[in-house]
Amino acid sequence: MSVGLEHYLVLASVLFCIGVYGALTKRNAVVILMCIELMLNAVNIALVAFSRYLVPDVVLISGQVFVIFVLVVAAAEATVGLAIIMAIYRNRRSVDPKDNDLMKG
Amino acid sequence: MALDVAFWILAVVSVASALAVVFLKDVFRVALFLVLCFFTVAGIYVTLNADFLAAVQVLVYVGAVGILLIFAILFTRDAQHGSLFNRLKYPALLFAVVLLGTMIYSMTATDWSVTLGAKAHVPIADLQPGGTGLTGSLGAALFNEDGFLLPVEIAGLMLLAAVLGGIVIMRDKDK
Repeated sequence: MSVGLEHYLVLASVLFCIGVYGALTKRNAVVILMCIELMLNAVNIALVAFSRYLVPDVVLISGQVFVIFVLVVAAAEATVGLAIIMAIYRNRRSVDPKDNDLMKG
Repeated sequence: MALDVAFWILAVVSVASALAVVFLKDVFRVALFLVLCFFTVAGIYVTLNADFLAAVQVLVYVGAVGILLIFAILFTRDAQHGSLFNRLKYPALLFAVVLLGTMIYSMTATDWSVTLGAKAHVPIADLQPGGTGLTGSLGAALFNEDGFLLPVEIAGLMLLAAVLGGIVIMRDKDK
């Protein structure tokens, strides 16, 4: 059986769920951010796979354009997220989300 | 077929390194395995005829985001005691497995076929070995007035806002 759309979608689902699991369970904010990047990568794989395999023998351009926008948002998110983590670390000497629940009701 | 072999190798390596990201204790090794995962994702883009995206993936993710994450790890080193699990370890595992099952079922059970219509596209047969690939068509789609020109400008503005926000948040207010 040759590789097709379903293979890439299943790979993207597996990577996404690994990312979800890490983002839910980790006690280090930097690792949580890494898992979010993993989820964004999984979504990108799905988008590129759709652009290649949705119509046979044709590459649809808009799927790859969406991936570029996801990349831009991911870069901005990593910058601001890491800046927030560093600011919290400087004030409270901890990167554990459990220690930083000041806004909890 | 060579592409199938490449896909299976890349898929196994990327899933294994993603699992290492979640389950390893040493934060620095976690970051290095994440970089390996980004590399294999770039390879997967190559198997999908997305050569420009593969280059961008290596530049942005492996280069910029990877270095940024390693910097963050080194700066916060004395606060962290490795990459540990919180008390949601097993409930979240159950949730992730159920989510995975649902996603795989819905993705394999859906009929994805669409009609081509007026969507911007490039036939695979037009991509010659040694040619320019899809990069030209991608640029045309991004920068045409009837394409994605406005979103490209908004994305540039958002990157500027992210740079300024990062500087403002990180600034030491005592000095």
